[in-house]
Amino acid sequence: MSGLSNDLFVITVMAYAIAMVAFAADLAFRRAPSRLVRAAVPDAVAADRTADQKVLVGSAGLIAAPPAPPAPPQVEIIEEPGRDYGRAARIALGVTLFGWLTHLVTIVTRGFAARRVPWGNMYEFSTVVAFLAVTAFLVLLARQKARWLGVFVLLPVVLYLGLAGTVLYVKAGPLVPALNSYWLKIHVVAAMTATSMFFVSGILALLYLAKLRRPEGNLLSRLPDAAALDRLTYGLVAFAFPIWTFAVMAGAIWAEAAWGRYWGWDPKETWSFITWVIYAAYLHSRATAGWKGKRAAYFAVAAFAALIINYYVVNTFIVGLHSYAGVK
Amino acid sequence: MSVTRPETRPEEPTLLSTVPQDPSERPTPGGRRRPFAPLIRAWRQLTSMRTALLLLFLLALAAVPGSLLPQRSVDPTLVDQYIVDHPKLGPFLDRLSGFDVFAAPWFAAIYALLFVSLIGCLIPRMRLHARALLRRPPKAPAHPSRLASGTTFETSASVDEVLAVGRGVLRGRRFRVAADPGSLSAEKGYLRETGNLLFHVSLVVLLAGIAVGGLYGYTGKVVVTDGDGFTNTLVQYDNFNRGALVKTDRLNPFSFQLQNFEAEYQKDGTPKTYRAFVALRAKPGGPTSQHTIKVNDPLKIGEAKVYLINHGYSPHVVLRDRTGKAVYDAYMPCVAADTRNLTSSCVFKIPDTGLAPVGDLKKVQQIGVRAVLAPTFDPADTRGSIFPALLNPRLAGVQIYLGDLGIDAGTPQNVYELDTTRMTLLKVKGPTGASTPILDPRNKQADSVTGLPGGLVLTVDKVKNYAVFSIKYDPGKGLVLWAAIAMLTGLIGSLLIRRRRVWIRASAGPGQGRTVVEIGGLARTGSLTAEFEDLVRRVTARLPEQG
Ligand code: HEM
Repeated sequence: MSGLSNDLFVITVMAYAIAMVAFAADLAFRRAPSRLVRAAVPDAVAADRTADQKVLVGSAGLIAAPPAPPAPPQVEIIEEPGRDYGRAARIALGVTLFGWLTHLVTIVTRGFAARRVPWGNMYEFSTVVAFLAVTAFLVLLARQKARWLGVFVLLPVVLYLGLAGTVLYVKAGPLVPALNSYWLKIHVVAAMTATSMFFVSGILALLYLAKLRRPEGNLLSRLPDAAALDRLTYGLVAFAFPIWTFAVMAGAIWAEAAWGRYWGWDPKETWSFITWVIYAAYLHSRATAGWKGKRAAYFAVAAFAALIINYYVVNTFIVGLHSYAGVK
Repeated sequence: MSVTRPETRPEEPTLLSTVPQDPSERPTPGGRRRPFAPLIRAWRQLTSMRTALLLLFLLALAAVPGSLLPQRSVDPTLVDQYIVDHPKLGPFLDRLSGFDVFAAPWFAAIYALLFVSLIGCLIPRMRLHARALLRRPPKAPAHPSRLASGTTFETSASVDEVLAVGRGVLRGRRFRVAADPGSLSAEKGYLRETGNLLFHVSLVVLLAGIAVGGLYGYTGKVVVTDGDGFTNTLVQYDNFNRGALVKTDRLNPFSFQLQNFEAEYQKDGTPKTYRAFVALRAKPGGPTSQHTIKVNDPLKIGEAKVYLINHGYSPHVVLRDRTGKAVYDAYMPCVAADTRNLTSSCVFKIPDTGLAPVGDLKKVQQIGVRAVLAPTFDPADTRGSIFPALLNPRLAGVQIYLGDLGIDAGTPQNVYELDTTRMTLLKVKGPTGASTPILDPRNKQADSVTGLPGGLVLTVDKVKNYAVFSIKYDPGKGLVLWAAIAMLTGLIGSLLIRRRRVWIRASAGPGQGRTVVEIGGLARTGSLTAEFEDLVRRVTARLPEQG
């Protein structure tokens, strides 16, 4: 079972790599969509609308930004594909779905091999986070034709899985007692879900910043316009932030059960807190005059960096209660 | 372009949220003439979003050193080690509270400011929100169809019919509706703001709960060897931290005895279960009851909890004099140096050896012992234990020192470290004659060291388990939990609910018996598209022929 899981892991990574190339080809040989979007709304009408809006919303003009974005469940279409699914796009999509399925089976068989939930160590955690990130991408794809996002999600996913499969790999085995608890499972599931969405939002924030810098860049001109990227970033963060908050709380409940204090400023907890606070700052910055847009995006990137530091740097280089194999 | 301005009294802007305005955009009442104007301006600055943002970022930044430097609250011995290793940097960082970041004045300053800023901004926001809840939605603009979501069509129904249908549909969708001649105003999603305020208020309550725990709570650690007991009094703790308002003479009066500690391991040595069986006496003189404490499963005694946090081995050390009488007899816990296979380092301090003081200075003759305990010893692998359970225990590398332990000097000492500056290493004889003997506690022939002055004999004849318990009392915990639940609820409301307004305007059209209908909608965040289209569909479905 363990061997099967490992074989499927390799197949998954290869599938994603192929899909990534196909997505890149699809993006490169497609007409730039942003031109179409811009053509859709005549300027006069747009100006008129903004004028009306400002009056309605009051003196502060708080809705100066275009009506914004939402949590994934109700997202608007932000891409007008130049032409519909060409051959590259069909290959990309098919291979991604195939990879997603083998990815799923990789995780399930790993769970059977270890006879427990398959998220007990860094290798498994990374595998599941990558899986959920691809899932988030597929959901976005289904809801809003976010095909352009494919290459930008799959590239880091492939690198991430590569790292997980080589550096972080450990054989399937049982959990140490301190890790074997009900709240831990909840905590980890929530943390992985939020992490995977933050992962995608971090990519989007970077794309947004790149787009601001070079709106007509060769590749960048094929992405939706900056405002749409910004909204999508916000939508993902707004959806993931409560989940992350819950993950931190569940972790605190678990810590209370295991160590008798719900919060102890152990390095892991400290970085979860830092991550949380920077994401809160990101959400605030979107409601603060002068901090919208670019600065907000920097917060989104910084927050994701804190998340990565929390999982990889803290686990590997800083010793705390969380890094112990058994009880301290 | 003619637009009817909705009611915009300066104090009550028809905002879709209670976000405070940028202080630079708000007029200061009375301007220069008021003596408090600078104070008011400072207060506004402090309670502005921008300041909150800055303080949040500072808080995150300030927490970083707390994860990079060892912290006293987490592990004081690591801090001491760090200061020893960095003789220049260490004391400097210590002066800056680098090892107590989360109790540092500068850390407290940031969160106190944030706290004040939070409260200061919440009060006016709650007032604004309460008013918004009571007020009717603002009047319709002249041309609702020009809003971000907007549409217009004609129908043969009369103006009144259109408005009646519109009202029915909006009410049916749980909008709050207000009517004006020829138009309707509707609003929904007040819960967004309510949720947001709930989130921030709960955050304040959560911080208050943490403060209660900090002031009235205590935590302590005890090491208990199998068969020994513990009574919840200050003197029995190996390590004790308390809040400023804790009365140490009135701790929860329970006691317990550790009857048996049990550890099970996988074949490869990874731990499977740890269990401590204890007999608890909740009140002095009360009945005892049996309990099992596991790693994630503490024993609860009222508001106090007893956690199992660690374990290890205590060898039984006996020092006999020439006549065979025991002058010292105790179980001495050893500290695991290797957390996997529990190779442990042991220090035994025997202050009272029965040896007379020597020399003119009447130097005391105390004994200190250093040794390494391997719970499972393998002669082929002398690096240490090969398994964490007590399968084949040996006490190796036994070094015995004679002299002054330094205990009487009054300076506090770490019981797990031996200060040999005023002691000399003795040449001793182990069971096989070696000078750094290996003792086997399970073999009567090989469990003693001889060759000590005065014919003393040191014997290690048993090894028992010990468990480390952490005892915690935190009366603020319940409040923190409830506040956290409220926070999460508020947050979900705040981020997933959208506040939106819809207006319908109907007027007689150019054609005979025709009515022009305009519908428009606005959301502060999120797109209204899907919902708006649904509303329009519902309205048109109930009206006769449109075009
Ligand atoms: C001085 C303190 C604070 C002020 C003035 C403040 C103000 C606000 C305001 C006005 C909003 C609404 C923003 C919107 O509707 O888009 C908001 C949202 C929020 N605040 Fe605060 N806040 C403060 C402190 C905090 C703190 C300490 C945290 C937690 C770390 C926090 C977390 C949040 C979150 C998560 C949101 C939701 C963002 C959203 O609705 O888009 N706030 N805050």
